[in-house]
Amino acid sequence: MFLILLGSTLSACASSNPEVLRVATTTSTYDSGLLDAIIPEFEQEYAVEVEIVAVGTGQAIALGERGDTDVILVHAREREDAFVAQGYGTQRFAVMYNDFILVGPVADPAGIQGLPLATEALKQIAVKEASFASRGDDSGTHTRELELWAAAGIMPEAAADWYSALGQGMGATLQFAQESGAYTISDRGTFLALEEGLGDLEIMVGGQSIDRNTDPALRNSYGVIPVNPERHGDTASRLAAQFVDWITSPAVQSEIEEFGRERFGQPLFYPDSQAWRESGR
Amino acid sequence: MTPFLEIILLTLRVSGIALACATVLGVPLGALLGLTQFRARPFLVGLVYTGMGLPPVVVGLAVYLSLSRSGPLGELGWLFTPAAMILAQTIIALPLIIGISMTAVDAIDPAVRLQLRSLGTSRSQEIFGMLLEARVGVLASVVAGFGGIISEVGAAMLVGGNIEAKTRILSTAIVLETRRGNFGFGLALGGVLLSLAFSVNYLLMRLEGGRRGRI
Repeated sequence: MFLILLGSTLSACASSNPEVLRVATTTSTYDSGLLDAIIPEFEQEYAVEVEIVAVGTGQAIALGERGDTDVILVHAREREDAFVAQGYGTQRFAVMYNDFILVGPVADPAGIQGLPLATEALKQIAVKEASFASRGDDSGTHTRELELWAAAGIMPEAAADWYSALGQGMGATLQFAQESGAYTISDRGTFLALEEGLGDLEIMVGGQSIDRNTDPALRNSYGVIPVNPERHGDTASRLAAQFVDWITSPAVQSEIEEFGRERFGQPLFYPDSQAWRESGR
Repeated sequence: MTPFLEIILLTLRVSGIALACATVLGVPLGALLGLTQFRARPFLVGLVYTGMGLPPVVVGLAVYLSLSRSGPLGELGWLFTPAAMILAQTIIALPLIIGISMTAVDAIDPAVRLQLRSLGTSRSQEIFGMLLEARVGVLASVVAGFGGIISEVGAAMLVGGNIEAKTRILSTAIVLETRRGNFGFGLALGGVLLSLAFSVNYLLMRLEGGRRGRI
């Protein structure tokens, strides 16, 4: 009796094994809850199981380079283009965007509240040597922060007292800023999601919502790239292509736009795919 | 000084100081628990054994909340400094050192104790004598404590913040390099961590073995 039960359980497990698509993405898309909200639909429609590996952009790209994932969904444009140019990925597709904001302690020791451009604010912070917390982890957000410093003509040193390169995720970095009264750059979604526990911080540059963000350099675009099947034969290339078609389709794009609106009073991500733009919505 | 060397030195400094603190506190406490009988003893021993299995990240969380600006010890300003990491690592190593040195002292033949007493030793001399007798086990406790903290990453990340050139140690650097996708460098750092741990353990063993003319 027991053997029959065991046998039937095993065969049931083995036969109901659906195809698996692995998506490596950044913590910001995962922690916001967006993927959990939309992915089940894809899994049902295509009878596929999606495994999400939520890591830093750097690691997501490395996973793609090694063929350990089928698709990457990240936000560091230059590195995405390099990923495709080096033949690791087939093509980059725009998916969505949101924006970065510069947050800091309510007391605002550098006096940057309401400045229109992040580079101006960073200059002020450097001049006043006000505490600044950097992700320092080669993530998409960290990459952007370094671009902004470079644009401001400043090269902050890790050894400087006021500059802390943490090498940690966005949540931990915001927590650090809250605790030590530091400024930092965050994606708006993560800040909104964690705002309740960050009472000592407020938005300094970037405005209260994305349409009030006056700095185009703070725009944060997410792209999806199928990993090149020629480089890594066993990646599920058909599923990856289906995933790209699906996530860029106008129907899913409008779901992305709806996500978070109820809870935060504004979307966390805005649709940006070509299909969406052509649909003229 | 290269950042790499800096990370190694900070790792040794933090874990070294933590180990010293935990040893100074833990060995006498372990000896006391191993050598005395009192009503609360089973309770305390149970606590120590539980502490030996305590997930380091829980210790980290508790230390973090205590040192947080809104926590009871916030005014110390220790959060995200090496001091916070030393505190957390001391707490992690302490139960290991107490527990193992307690067992070591406990395992010594009671006749040795009677012999020490018959020599008219004072209470502290007696405890010291027993510790000397149990030195192999006591050393093992220190080695276990060291192993528990040198490679620990959760608490160090939480209370230290993994700040470059300030609180970044080998274990947190490995996590960072992994997240950055620099798997090779992460692995190399792992190798450094291992050889560091080996060197310290070998040194400790030599220290003990030298006196016996072994190893």
